[in-house]
Amino acid sequence: MFRKNSYLLICLILLSGVAAGLVLLSTAPASAATQRLVLTGSSTVAPLVSEIARRFESLYPGVRIDVQAGGSSRGINDVRKGVADIGMVSRALKPDEDDLRAFTIALDGISLIVHASNPVVSLSKQQVVSIFTGNVMRWSAVGGPDTRITVVNKAEGRSTLELFLDYFQLKNSMIKPHIIIGDNAQGIKTVAGNRNAIGYVSIGAAEYETRRGMPVRLLALDGAAASISNIQNGNFPLLRPLNLVISHEPQDLARQFLTFAQSPQVRDLVKAQYFVPVDAH
Amino acid sequence: MHIDHLLAGILRAGAAVAALVMLLILFFLLYESWPVLTELSVFRFVTDTSWHPLERAYNLMPMLSGTLLASMGALMLAVPLGMASALFIVFFAPTHLATLYGRLIELLAGIPSVVFGFWGLTTLVPLINEWHPPGASLLAGILVLTLMILPMITLTAYTALAAVPEELFRNAAALGLSRWGMISGVALPAARTGITAGIILAAARALGETMAVLMVAGNVVQYPESIFDPIRTLAANIALEMAYAMGDHRAVLFVSGLLLMLLVMALSAVAGLLEKHHHA
Repeated sequence: MFRKNSYLLICLILLSGVAAGLVLLSTAPASAATQRLVLTGSSTVAPLVSEIARRFESLYPGVRIDVQAGGSSRGINDVRKGVADIGMVSRALKPDEDDLRAFTIALDGISLIVHASNPVVSLSKQQVVSIFTGNVMRWSAVGGPDTRITVVNKAEGRSTLELFLDYFQLKNSMIKPHIIIGDNAQGIKTVAGNRNAIGYVSIGAAEYETRRGMPVRLLALDGAAASISNIQNGNFPLLRPLNLVISHEPQDLARQFLTFAQSPQVRDLVKAQYFVPVDAH
Repeated sequence: MHIDHLLAGILRAGAAVAALVMLLILFFLLYESWPVLTELSVFRFVTDTSWHPLERAYNLMPMLSGTLLASMGALMLAVPLGMASALFIVFFAPTHLATLYGRLIELLAGIPSVVFGFWGLTTLVPLINEWHPPGASLLAGILVLTLMILPMITLTAYTALAAVPEELFRNAAALGLSRWGMISGVALPAARTGITAGIILAAARALGETMAVLMVAGNVVQYPESIFDPIRTLAANIALEMAYAMGDHRAVLFVSGLLLMLLVMALSAVAGLLEKHHHA
């Protein structure tokens, strides 16, 4: 028994040695790369920027780009502190952020989502406010089945929440949520698993998941369908720019990346994430 | 002689590092939460209207109660089940079944917590929702936590019971004790310290568990009125908001970390007291 165990232990030690070696090997070329760019910020923008960065890296060998998601506020904070070269921010800059410069790479809307089996297809601004503040508790009040509504809200600090509150002129303390979620993916999974739920997420993320068979539906808001074309022509009201922000004059590499991210060369990547390219606006 | 000195030196250094890490963590938590601890009165964490850090309301008590309720609920389910499993393996199961069952429990212990969370989110929560909406609730949190700490309690209790000296059982049999008399009169008292230690470890794990609870408990900051109401635990609060928090908001999250740590320290102090009491 003891011999078997010690044999196992030796195997484990060997294995971890091999693993450590692999890690060293895989990081070795990176440390040899001369140029490095760090982007942090919005978790909505991060997947798109990761794709853009991958294409950029393949065009410019020797460049390494780090993309880290952590929320728009983190993006702004990191750029100001110089921790990141470029910040990702999924909203327009506020007046007290005029020390930064923003480059819009795409547009995104925020849509209310419900379970695919829910017969409700559209809600007015007033109905949404009533539901989220707990004045309307059952779906029957807005043309649905007689079941209790499950309100899904976002955690504090997310820009999706900020934009939602701002548009509906609410304070977060007025909302009576039943479930609080973190990122878009968790929100979509939560609504997909609950017939009575209503939540709100990035249209890009929701559209991406519904095409992959997630049983959720995007609701029309005040009669405007949450579609790519309605974002393009400005008919959908809950709209936001996806920005890359910098704090000072960018260096060559950062400038190159900003130009590349706004160029037609990445338009297919923007569309693949169900965002709206900005030059088509 | 020389090698003994060397060994003692190495062991001392190792022990010092372990103790130092613990102190460093405590120091770091205090350092990061210091701005709000000095600036705000501590009572604000108890008397504020609710938890809305961006509106400067920092009440941590609903989350403290959520953390405690979820952990106690899970312990209430997992302790009897775990004890029953351990007793079954040691005293009742035929050898081959005991081995198989033991392996199964070990496997359960090895499943990463995020897998439990994912299962809870996609299976358990919709199930509870059919029964009593909204599904994501204290109950879902308790059930997922139970699954996670059950193997821990079973394995530690099993080890403690298996370590009871064979001659005690032989003596008990010679005295003509029934099987249950032997278990309650000999095995359990002899294994008590080990079993208690296992339960304390499990409780600490339940208090600190983050991802699985974050995915199923609903994360609404409130005092639950029933087990179908959603709750947020202190650990889930940190995971949910830390990446997005800055300034005071961030510092208050470190205060919730500090509170969680104090909770675990209190738990281990209670364990120490219990042990002392038992030996005295």
